[in-house]
Amino acid sequence: MSWAQHGQSETRWGLVQHRRSGDSTEGHVFPWFGLDIGGTLVKLVYFEPKDITAEEEEEEVENLKSIRKYLTSNVAYGSTGIRDVHLELKDLTLCGRKGNLHFIRFPTHDMPAFIQMGSEKHFSSLHTTLCATGGGAYKFEQDFLTMGDLELCKLDELDCLVKGVLYIDSVGFNGHSECYYFENPTDPERCQKLPFNLENPYPLLLVNIGSGVSILAAYSKDNYKRVTGTSLGGGTFFGLCCLLTGCSTFEEALEMASHGDSTKVDKLVRDIYGGDYERFGLPGWAVASSFGNMMSKEKRESVSKEDLARATLITITNNIGSIARMCALNENINRVVFVGNFLRINTISMRLLAYALDYWSKGQLKALFLEHEGYFGAVGALLGLLDSA
Amino acid sequence: PTAVCLRNIITLSGSLTKLAYYSTVQHKVARVRSFDHSGKDIDNEPLYEISVQEEITARLHFIKFENTYIETCLDFIKDHLVNTETKVIKATGGGAYKFKDLIEKKLGLKVDKEDVMTCLIKGCNFVLRNIPHEVFAYQKDSDTEFRFQTNHPNIFPYLLVNIGSGVSIVKVESEDKFEWIGGSSIGGGTFWGLGALLTKTKKFDELLQLASKGQHTNVDMLVKDVYGGAYQTLGLSGNLIASSFGKSTTADKEFSKEDMAKSLLHMISNDIGQLACLHAKLHNLDKIYFGGFFIRGHPVTMRTITYSINFFSKGEVQALFLRHEGYLGAIGAFLKGAEQDNPNQYSWGENYAGSSGLMSTSPDVYPMQRTRSGTFDMLEMDRLERPLVNLPLLKDPSTYIPDTVDLTDDAMARKYWLTCFEEALDGVAKRAAASQPDSVDAQERAEKFRQKYWNKLQTLRQQPFAYGTLTVRSLLDTREHCLNEFNFPDPYSKVKQKENGIALKCFQSVIESLDSLGWEERQFALVKGLLAGNVFDWGAKAVSDVLESEPQFGFEEAKSKLQGKGRSLDLDLDGPPHKCALIFADNSGIDIILGVFPFVRELLSRGTEMYKALLKQLFNTFIFSNSSALRDEKLLLVQTGSSSPCLDLSRLDQGLAVLVRERQTDLVVIEGMGRAIHTNYYAVLRCESLKLAVIKNSWLADRLGGKIFSVIFKYEVPCK
Repeated sequence: MSWAQHGQSETRWGLVQHRRSGDSTEGHVFPWFGLDIGGTLVKLVYFEPKDITAEEEEEEVENLKSIRKYLTSNVAYGSTGIRDVHLELKDLTLCGRKGNLHFIRFPTHDMPAFIQMGSEKHFSSLHTTLCATGGGAYKFEQDFLTMGDLELCKLDELDCLVKGVLYIDSVGFNGHSECYYFENPTDPERCQKLPFNLENPYPLLLVNIGSGVSILAAYSKDNYKRVTGTSLGGGTFFGLCCLLTGCSTFEEALEMASHGDSTKVDKLVRDIYGGDYERFGLPGWAVASSFGNMMSKEKRESVSKEDLARATLITITNNIGSIARMCALNENINRVVFVGNFLRINTISMRLLAYALDYWSKGQLKALFLEHEGYFGAVGALLGLLDSA
Repeated sequence: PTAVCLRNIITLSGSLTKLAYYSTVQHKVARVRSFDHSGKDIDNEPLYEISVQEEITARLHFIKFENTYIETCLDFIKDHLVNTETKVIKATGGGAYKFKDLIEKKLGLKVDKEDVMTCLIKGCNFVLRNIPHEVFAYQKDSDTEFRFQTNHPNIFPYLLVNIGSGVSIVKVESEDKFEWIGGSSIGGGTFWGLGALLTKTKKFDELLQLASKGQHTNVDMLVKDVYGGAYQTLGLSGNLIASSFGKSTTADKEFSKEDMAKSLLHMISNDIGQLACLHAKLHNLDKIYFGGFFIRGHPVTMRTITYSINFFSKGEVQALFLRHEGYLGAIGAFLKGAEQDNPNQYSWGENYAGSSGLMSTSPDVYPMQRTRSGTFDMLEMDRLERPLVNLPLLKDPSTYIPDTVDLTDDAMARKYWLTCFEEALDGVAKRAAASQPDSVDAQERAEKFRQKYWNKLQTLRQQPFAYGTLTVRSLLDTREHCLNEFNFPDPYSKVKQKENGIALKCFQSVIESLDSLGWEERQFALVKGLLAGNVFDWGAKAVSDVLESEPQFGFEEAKSKLQGKGRSLDLDLDGPPHKCALIFADNSGIDIILGVFPFVRELLSRGTEMYKALLKQLFNTFIFSNSSALRDEKLLLVQTGSSSPCLDLSRLDQGLAVLVRERQTDLVVIEGMGRAIHTNYYAVLRCESLKLAVIKNSWLADRLGGKIFSVIFKYEVPCK
């Protein structure tokens, strides 16, 4: 990429901002951003006001206009920034303003370039507040200040995540349900994605799978805690895939995984016991040892990169399912919502999680998913901006 | 001893074969036979004679070796298979399929496969119940790498996490009740398989070596990589791993094999620890034993697993490991096959002479440690005649530790005692040879004994933790096991016989002189006598020097050696008589005859019922043989269940425990340095107790801040 190279507007952002006098958005200066800076990806949500009056239009400074145009008229920014157009929420009313919510992501390692761009465009002169969450809000705080002359408003990760999930679920996904589940997850023929009504969400186990995994238990709007986490997350899948297959993007890794056969790599129960291990009620198809077949030289030489990618995906996914299931049991919660960008375009993992939770809990636990997978932290940050008067 | 093989079990795992067999072992025991002296002149006839008899006991043998030796192993079995009725050989483990044909062909026996987990758990229960210091916690960065745990009287419930190629988590609730409560596919096979792919290193041990040299922070994304520091609000340290392999998400950077192996090791260990903690929490368990080839004595994995358990349980759960973890399957399979012999009815004891110790994990001490799988590793368990149980009077059996000083911990004391036992060794070997003057090969056997015990002592110098916590007691036990190995049941038998003769001659006059005293004086004299008797101890170097050089040294001389001013007896002999007293004393010599017996006589005269817990080689006492006390069962002689000069109150003969309850014992007297100082000095009982001994070791006296021949007289009344 980078953001800096992609400078569309060379003009300085003016000092005059558009605002409607006396209305509820007073104090919330446009542009409205929410930022979630994770270990691997930066998630950015942008509210594009669609109800700008002629007067406002006239008053809107050149820079602000250009930023709006730039973000909304492109679907890709530089070489790595991407707007997830299919997730865009249309005709949303937020703080009395009508508009569209845009979802944009780019890799965390491009963060310096992003800040650089902000600096070159004198973003700070807009006197807006930039609310950010995620570890990067801390890590890049100093860079924002020195390079971009911007003071970040740091928001708690858990607060943002929970807030974001509840908000997006409440507004729905352009008339559809935000939350869904898989019916008949154990039967591939009859398995289908169906909407789920999350109107009464509590208690809820929230499993956020980013580079690593955080597991939260939410009992009410204000009562939630981090239960545990694991370092075996999306970063592990992608990292191991890079080492094992030489791939360089998450999409590539997933694509490979979709064509592979993990049973060549993993040792199954039936590989050890010839069938089911009845003494312990273990089915023959269950994985007994992830990568267990790779202990043998011959088998190492006979597997493909696709097989390895698939096995990595299955290993990480099953493990997350297993830890989530144990946490649900310990917390006495039976609905588990999986979010995070690991699940983006990753139907294999979602179905597997749905399957694993259903199978091992004998139907007691339900795996739920949300359409906006990894953006809830950023949405929460945006809501945090609007909450602060 | 000659071994007669009865039944065999083979456990075959990846690369190691474990063979278990049961044998009967013939060995010599000393038996005492006394003569009826009623109305005879005791001066002209021996009072008793010691005869060495052959005794047959059962022994369990476990041998572990590389699969490459399987043919040799099968030849061995074939040669020793005397039980021609055997048609079946039990086999368990992953390799049971692989070698099935070979075994069946070679031995002409049918291979009967046993369920792996059932065997594992049976074996685990067995070692937990029968082997003291079986369990340890691992602490790499402390002075004592291995923290051995005292055996809890109730071993259930516990969690067994077996990390083989995958992970099985089993909850064990009783001998026969266990349940698979979970597992994970991320286990040893993942480390090995994924490690081999990433590093092109083929062997498991080499992967561990790589891991121990790597820096995982080059590969893992840490909390500080995401946050720039710690995640304060959640209290997550900056060094915590946020995403395993999170830094390798790039195609253009090279990562070192060591770093990747280390990252993989952390990833897998942490994951297993986390799942184990989640299961422990759900089932409300706080004991987790780890086993399987991933663990098997590897310091690197024990360390990372321990770290993970500490982290995820916030210190509430301890990761525990087993000394004989590698044998569990073989032991269990054997027990299943030997069910008609009811092995679980008995108590078993580890035979230190025939067992390989735990290897050092420190590369400085034992650089070639990983090659040990190439050698044979052994475990021998002797079947004890009677079941061993706790003394019912122990205040808290779960916290009772018999030994006073932990020599694994105390390097100075360890050095001293090892040297002490080394220096005494020649003398013991000499005595051993002399104890069997009629045997032609006594000299040769004594030398073999000397060599064997010397080697054990050298092993213990390097690896103090080889057989659990090192103590004076374990050093003595090891010596005894080595003596037995070479058929020396009692090297001191001749000396004792002589000493007993002398003592008996004095007995009458000692009694008469006591009887001539007034009550108070007599009480004082009795205690002094008890202590003076305790001076006579051939095991103590200072004393054996005196006894060797001064043949005239007697009871009166001993009394004069005692250090410290006499003070009146705390023990309330003035009050109502005790219901029943239990005295732990030596089994022979001036000690018991001139010291303990008069004391016993006094108690009996007050109406206290008595029984003396004597040692295994029961000295059938003639002094009381005709007394009414014995006839009326006012005085009973009972076995303790051990032949050690030390005393483990958690492993006592069941018969003794039954008596203690039946007779409502309310006084326990523990006499002698081994029983009252090396062990039980801190033992807390639920009744009145008296611990007394004379310190016959100047180093120990020094250490305790006294002089040699100082007196320990510890009278304790249980707090209400």
